Formats: sequence, structure tokens, C-alpha cells
Amino acid sequence: MTTLEQAIGHSQHGSPFSRVFNSQIFWVLLAALLACVALSLLTDSFATQRNLFNVTRNFAFVGLIAIGMTTVIASGGIDLSVGSTVVLSAMVISVLMSSGNPFWISAIAALVAAGIVGAINGTLIAYVGMPAFVVTLGMLSAARSLAMVLSNNKMIWEFGPDHDLLLWVGGGSTLGLPHPIYVLGLLTIVMSVVFRWTRWGQYVFAIGGNEQAATLTGIPVKRIKVSIYVFSAMTAGVAGILMAGWLGSVTTNLGQAMELTVIAAAVIGGANLAGGQGTALGAVIGALLIEVIRNSLILLGISTFWQGMFIGCFIVIAVAFDRVRNLRSLD
Amino acid sequence: MSRLRLSGISKSFGAIQALNDVSLEVAPGEVLGLMGDNGAGKSTLVKIVAGNFRPTHGSISIDDTSVDFHRPLDAQVEGIEVVYQDLALCDNLSAASNVFLGREPRRSFGGIKLLDYATMYKRSAELFAVLKSETRPRDLVRRMSGGQRQAVAIARTLLSNAKIVLMDEPTAAISVRQVAEVLDLIHRLSDQGISVVLISHRMPDVFAVCSRIAVLRRGQLVACKPANESSPEEVTGLITGAIETA
Repeated sequence: MTTLEQAIGHSQHGSPFSRVFNSQIFWVLLAALLACVALSLLTDSFATQRNLFNVTRNFAFVGLIAIGMTTVIASGGIDLSVGSTVVLSAMVISVLMSSGNPFWISAIAALVAAGIVGAINGTLIAYVGMPAFVVTLGMLSAARSLAMVLSNNKMIWEFGPDHDLLLWVGGGSTLGLPHPIYVLGLLTIVMSVVFRWTRWGQYVFAIGGNEQAATLTGIPVKRIKVSIYVFSAMTAGVAGILMAGWLGSVTTNLGQAMELTVIAAAVIGGANLAGGQGTALGAVIGALLIEVIRNSLILLGISTFWQGMFIGCFIVIAVAFDRVRNLRSLD
Repeated sequence: MSRLRLSGISKSFGAIQALNDVSLEVAPGEVLGLMGDNGAGKSTLVKIVAGNFRPTHGSISIDDTSVDFHRPLDAQVEGIEVVYQDLALCDNLSAASNVFLGREPRRSFGGIKLLDYATMYKRSAELFAVLKSETRPRDLVRRMSGGQRQAVAIARTLLSNAKIVLMDEPTAAISVRQVAEVLDLIHRLSDQGISVVLISHRMPDVFAVCSRIAVLRRGQLVACKPANESSPEEVTGLITGAIETA
């Protein structure tokens, strides 16, 4: 026999089972896995070690930044400047390394450059009160321009004394897994814990849910907003360093239009552009789905021109699915 | 002893006199209804008590000790809590997270401080039990009724051991059944010895829970008398100015 208190204490979310079936992540992951199974059956080339290696590495870059983007989106903002931050970070590390500096110093300088981009974004948004869309749109233009100035718009493909180390960090693998995947795995675990179990995570979602309420309860909203944009820019900075090592050469069109793929990954993974919702795992799975779609179109011999159509449809389907689920649960 | 005493409070914004020489007292556990037409100065008075504004003249004392608020945090420290009209809750968080927002308990795991959800759930369940509300700590606020949302907002004030709770139109936008629930919550606060200042336009609500009623008109206190010695007709007359003073 259950008392009233027990009945009240019992969560209405039901069993863990129904929670899994109700989550967008589950269905997106299912779609990605089904696509993988279908491709393994339809083509000889998908389930090869080489192709799977490429798929995992390619989606790691988008996945990394999508975690940063999910944080921004969960706080009710948007960061359009991540693609440009990628190229700025990659350019800073390659210019410094090609002029003879060691890897670690150059990498730290690249991260500092990315951090400054995020701090400028965050300060203008939080303290000056400008819309995130406008500030980061301006930064999208400014940061890429700065990368062009830094490199004189030349391709850089010689990275000085630590050349091999950079290529190993970004393009190498350990125990059969490419290095970017380790970084992505670590960041996913850390941010999953941070979102759910720390004050900072709680406040990010509180700001996204009701910024005014967050302010009234004494949360340092402005400081936290700056830290959110710094974090987002740092994920782009890390991705920029890894991409420089992976490609072995850096040009100023690196990361062009990447912000759109990253936002798509975050949204497919359950981040709500109205703020207050999103998970680190969702962002990664969203990025995985986009990469699997891209890869499958190539392997199936379908023109890559169709890629945008598939990804576009998936964004709309994922959000529509979320709407239907919300309407049902409100009944 | 008075819990809250306002003496000769005046507030002007440039040439506009929003409040003129208002003096009021609230006893511990008393529920005071503050009424008046739009622009009568109710919100200004509440904002002065909550520390948002400083009065141009006059003084505030709590438990017979004079206080001077420079910002809302000063008022919170003295035990004054405000339940806002729009409730200031985060819809996407659970009831417990909202109750503890901004003052989450944490436990250290190997030097890393993590949120202590077990304590948050347990403590907020206790608070909801005190309020006799069927609100579940783990539920998202988005899925809650207006009455349950009020319970969450009021539980926040219990958590901080408030002495005085200021409520701005808590029954303005909810259904009739939920109004009864909210009025019950106000009784619970009063039972705990907490003084409540209720601002409302709804005459029946004010008469249902308030022991005294204060009426503001054009920045002046025109009446402050026990509810059982007044009537809705008289209060309406005082608000509109049909009755000069009582």
C-alpha cells in the first residue's frame, strides 16, 4: 500500500525504459545505426576499417564544437562565429609553428586567441546587451579576416621542428582510434557531468529557461554568459588545432560554413533554439548522424549535391518529432 | 512588537510624487492586503520594501530595528522575500531545482563540488508537505498547474526562513480552483509566523485571507483597518475616491 507522500514522491517520468523511448537522442541514434546497417549490407566499402576510421574522425570535429554550441543554445543564445574561430585557431598555431615555435606554446597561443574571441562575444552580449546573433555574425566576419591577415592568405603546410608532433596529435591514432575521438569522448563525459551535476551547468540551463528569473535569484548571469561564449570558442579552438594536424595544411577557407553544420548537429541532437534544453551526448549523436548521411551518399554514388537536402530534411524531422512529442505529453 | 514598520515613507521620481508619507505596521504572522488602483503606488511601496528603490523620505524597521536597503540582496538578508507576479521560475527545470536556484547545496567528490540532488529532493518534498501541496520535487515546472507553480515560488521563501513575504498579484492569472489552493498556501505561511503582504485586485481573495486591509490612492494611505470591520463596498469606494478616507 502506498501512502499519499509516496505517491507524490514518485516521479511522473515513469520507468527509465519509457524515458529512453521518449528521448530524441534515442531516435536519432537509432536512425544513425539503421543507416550504418543498411550501408554495410548495400556497399562493400562502408564496413571497412579505413572507412569507419574516416567517419569517426570526421564527425569528431563537428561533434566537439557541437558540444560548445549546445551549451550556448541551452543558455538561449547562438554562436555563429565558431567556423571562423576554427580557422583563426588553426592559423595561429600554424603560423607560430612554421616560424619555429614548439607545439605546446603555439597550441596554447591558439587557445588563447580562441578564448579572446569568445570573451569579446560574451562581453558584448552580456554586458553591452547586444543580440547574440548580431555579435557573433560580426565575429564570423572579423575572425576569418584576422586569420587571412595573419597568414597573408597563404597555405601553410610546414610546421617547423614539431611538424610530426602536430600531425600525430590531429591525424594519428592510438589503439585503432583516431585521436580527435579521444578528445571528443572525454569532453562528452566531462560536459555531461557538468551540465547535470554542477552549479555552472544548472545556471546555464536556468538562464536559457528564464533569464529574468535567474537574475532575480542572484545568479551572476552576465559572468556566466561570458564563460559560455568562451567555452564555445574554446571547443572551436581545440577543433582548429586538431584539424590543422589532420589536414597537414591550413588554408583560410578552413571551417567555412561549419557553424551551420554544427548548429544542425546540436538541433538534431535535441538542443532547443528557444533555450533551456540540450545534452552533450545529443550533440555528438547529431554530429554522427550528419557524418553518416554524408558518407553514405558518397559510398552509394549519389551526387554530393543531395547532401544538403538530406541534412535539411533531418533537421526539420527532428524538430517536428520533438513538437509532436511535446504536444502529446501536454494532453 | 511589529514585524515590519514603515514610517513616513515618501518617494518621488523627479516631479512625480509616487508615495506621500505612508506609515504602516505589520505584525508577525499577519496577512495584510494592500489595495489600490493602477498607479496608486502599490508596486513602488513593495519595491521600496524589497530593496529595489530607496525611499526619498521615511524609514523602515524590521523587528523594531531600523534598516536601510541599498539593493535587493540587503532586503533578502533581513528576511524579506518577494513572490513575483510572473513567478520568476525556470520552466525547463524541476521543482526542486527551482526551489534551490542560486543556493544549491553541494557535496565534494574528491575535491570537485557536485550538486547534492538527494538533499534538494528531500528538503523540497518537506517544504511542499508543510505547504500541503501536491507538488513533486522531480517534476518539471513546465508541466505544473498555476497552483503548483505558486507552491514552488512560495517554497523558495520558506527555504530562506523569510520573515516577510511580499506577494504581487499571486491570483491574477490562474483558475478558480487554483486560487483556493494559493489562498491556502498564504494561510500556511501565516501559520509559520511569516508575515504576508498581499497585493491584489481581487476583492474576494483579499477578504478571504487578510486580517487587515490597507488602501492606497494617488500615493497616499487612505485607510488601514481590520478586514472584518470593512466591506468590499467600502474598499471599492476608498480605491476609487468615492469615500475620502476611513
